[in-house]
Amino acid sequence: MDLDFTTEQNTFRESVSRFLTNECPFDKVRQLEESAQGYAPDLWPKMADLGWFGMSFPEAYGGFGGEFMFTVILQEEIGRACFPSPFFSTVIQCGLTILAGGTEEQKKDLLGKIFDGSLIMALAQYEEEASYLPTGIRMRAVAQGDRVVLNGTKMFVMDANIAHKLIVVARADPGITLFLVEAKAPGITCSKMPTIGMDNCCRVIFEDVRISQKEVLGQPGKGWEVLEKMAPKATVAKAAEMVGGCKGAIDLTVRYAKEREQYGKPIGSYQAIQHFMANMALAYETGWSYLYKVASMIDADEDFSVEASVLKSAMDENAKFISERACHIHGGIGTAREADIGLFFRRAKAFSTLMGDTDYHDNKVAEALLKGLPDLT
Amino acid sequence: MDFKLTEEQRALKLAFEDFFREEMKQAPETTGGLEALLASEESWKFHRTLGKKLGEKGWLSRPWPKAYGGCDAPIVEQQLFNEVRAKYRAPGVDPWGVEMFAPTVLIGGTEEQKKRILPPIAKGEVHYCQGWSEPNAGSDLASVRATAFKAGDYYIVNGQKIWTTGAHFADHIFLLLRTDSSSRRNAGLSVFYCQKDLPGIEVRPIQYMNGKHVYNEIFFTDVKIPEANRIGQEGEGWGLTRETMNFERSGIGYFAGAKTVLAELVRYVKNTERDGKALSENPLVRQRLAKLYRDIELGIALSYMGAWTQHKGNAMRAVTMASMAKVYGTELNQRLATAATEAMGLYGQLEQSDWAPMGGSMIDAFQMAIGMNIAAGSSEIQRNLIAWVGLMLPRTK
Ligand SMILES: Cc1cc2nc3c(=O)[nH]c(=O)nc-3n(C[C@H](O)[C@H](O)[C@H](O)COP(=O)(O)OP(=O)(O)OC[C@H]3O[C@@H](n4cnc5c(N)ncnc54)[C@H](O)[C@@H]3O)c2cc1C
Repeated sequence: MDLDFTTEQNTFRESVSRFLTNECPFDKVRQLEESAQGYAPDLWPKMADLGWFGMSFPEAYGGFGGEFMFTVILQEEIGRACFPSPFFSTVIQCGLTILAGGTEEQKKDLLGKIFDGSLIMALAQYEEEASYLPTGIRMRAVAQGDRVVLNGTKMFVMDANIAHKLIVVARADPGITLFLVEAKAPGITCSKMPTIGMDNCCRVIFEDVRISQKEVLGQPGKGWEVLEKMAPKATVAKAAEMVGGCKGAIDLTVRYAKEREQYGKPIGSYQAIQHFMANMALAYETGWSYLYKVASMIDADEDFSVEASVLKSAMDENAKFISERACHIHGGIGTAREADIGLFFRRAKAFSTLMGDTDYHDNKVAEALLKGLPDLT
Repeated sequence: MDFKLTEEQRALKLAFEDFFREEMKQAPETTGGLEALLASEESWKFHRTLGKKLGEKGWLSRPWPKAYGGCDAPIVEQQLFNEVRAKYRAPGVDPWGVEMFAPTVLIGGTEEQKKRILPPIAKGEVHYCQGWSEPNAGSDLASVRATAFKAGDYYIVNGQKIWTTGAHFADHIFLLLRTDSSSRRNAGLSVFYCQKDLPGIEVRPIQYMNGKHVYNEIFFTDVKIPEANRIGQEGEGWGLTRETMNFERSGIGYFAGAKTVLAELVRYVKNTERDGKALSENPLVRQRLAKLYRDIELGIALSYMGAWTQHKGNAMRAVTMASMAKVYGTELNQRLATAATEAMGLYGQLEQSDWAPMGGSMIDAFQMAIGMNIAAGSSEIQRNLIAWVGLMLPRTK
């Protein structure tokens, strides 16, 4: 057991944090959110140059072969800075999906382009029912000669508006299959959905979209298995972003509570405020500790699927509690669009719905618990 | 960062496991909490017997310096020991002697005192109780009024202590007393210990709300305590007492113990039918279980992180993490007992009886949880510390 970060990990965290603070202060975050593109095209290649995208991917595909811990650190810092980018959709969701299920050729080709920043991707999974389960996939892919025709509507597709390529989850003859589709292919209409997180969630309508049979990601019929391989890691990465968000919200609130005076004293000297903030700090500290326990399980190649659910459920609740109180402690200004603290509040809600919400993960944990966990017999 | 145990640590954990698994086969029927230790003569006897065995193995004094019978065990190893012991809900470690008074003596005692006081604690031969609280000094401990005035090489002690857990069984008591009659608050306090059966000491039982005899009040009338039993300088007892408070370890026990209880609860809901199906099929019950498991898991990670921080000598952060583990752990046990008794429905109100599910342990835990949220610094006091020390928020008096 060694619960210190390595020098390399610390240096990496510092460099990420420096980059984000310099390149994207909260004012800029708000500008980016409001923009049609929802991200900073000028920063994206810089991030690629810093080696962030291939950080935790195998060297065989052009990655750096680093531990997943690095991605966790990166996500935590991204969360702390509320930094908007297609990193999660492209590198985490699509990158890990390709790594888990792509053919050797697809891995070499697509991952390489993701790592050098030239390819932005989006995962088109959820539909109108907004279910996290395989039963939620209704979209059909029908073979017609050497082509496949896609018809249906995908919802909450993050970054579809800026993506070059989509991974589309659809029902085909042998079962749920993943298809690689050009985002601008004829028959596709994309429009943004006004989510609270302003994270480029899109509705994507497919009308007789024709693609080649070769555009299957990995094996036909194995789509859901591949998604399930990607999901726990992506869940941990999303939770890491939420942990960072909690830290960011607490830091802003501590600063504010020391500066803002009422009745002649800083509001942070009042016990009602102090106790809420103690609870916030405690919630953060538990989530943070557990995040790194799970991250080290991933790097030790242990089964962490239950832990990923435990973590996400915890972070959904912690982020909700912390961001809500953080806004409240800011008083009136905390409710204004211009307030930085609102960035955290809005993201906490948005993120709690991604990669499975609290009920979904609690249910997974309950199932595992009732089936019998090794340390609970 | 790496949470994985080394081979050595794993082997150590297995040795602890083997020991407690074997020993607990002889345990009297107890619920494993503080009250179980004191529940009966029989359980107290088992606690002492197990304590002696732990003493023989040197496991009570592992974290102490080698010079005083310890082996300088890193705190992570102590954490493993506490985790396994809590998992088996095993007694055997005197929380006051081993975990509070001995470390205090190590810091503030003279060489002679260390040689005299520590070995019997390490061997599990003597048991202590903690004489801090008074009727008018609880959270505000610095306002204690019981006095110790010097008369030759003795101090004459007068006053009252209250809520003294286990005083009816303990051999010794450690005390925070006022040695300067003109002093106020934290100036003029000193730390002492004495045998509990000295002339002039009277112990009166107070019943806990569940009817059990857990704590007591103690009256001191002209009790003579030798000067040699004062730890540290006269008048400097407050600083030393603050150190003692920090020895409440990282709190892994709250969480590992809770896990064992949760496992029992899982068995209970699987084997209990209502409405023609097992309780474990009820979505509300399932959700509660999941959230409890989640909170326990997070608590364990927190307490490891806290122990590590202590190990690294980051004192301020360690104090904060200890307060966090205390408030989170005790409140979690309260949630656990509440959830369990609620899942039991009407049966959840039964105290020990043949009808009571899980041997009535959950209704006991339900009542004890209130006390645990108050003892050793209430949740409010812990939150104050987190805010002041952890977040550096301004402190107003
Ligand atoms: C089961 C149990 C075992 C115990 N064992 C021992 C023992 O072995 N030895 C011993 O010496 N003592 C023992 N105690 C006593 C314990 O340390 C005190 O009860 C505790 O410190 C609280 O003091 P009090 O009871 O006087 O409550 P008070 O201090 O009067 O507190 C009453 C309420 O006011 C709140 N409060 C007090 N001050 C503040 C503040 N500054 N800010 C906000 N809220 C505040 C408290 O949180 C509490 O809710 C035990 C208590 C219990 C319940």
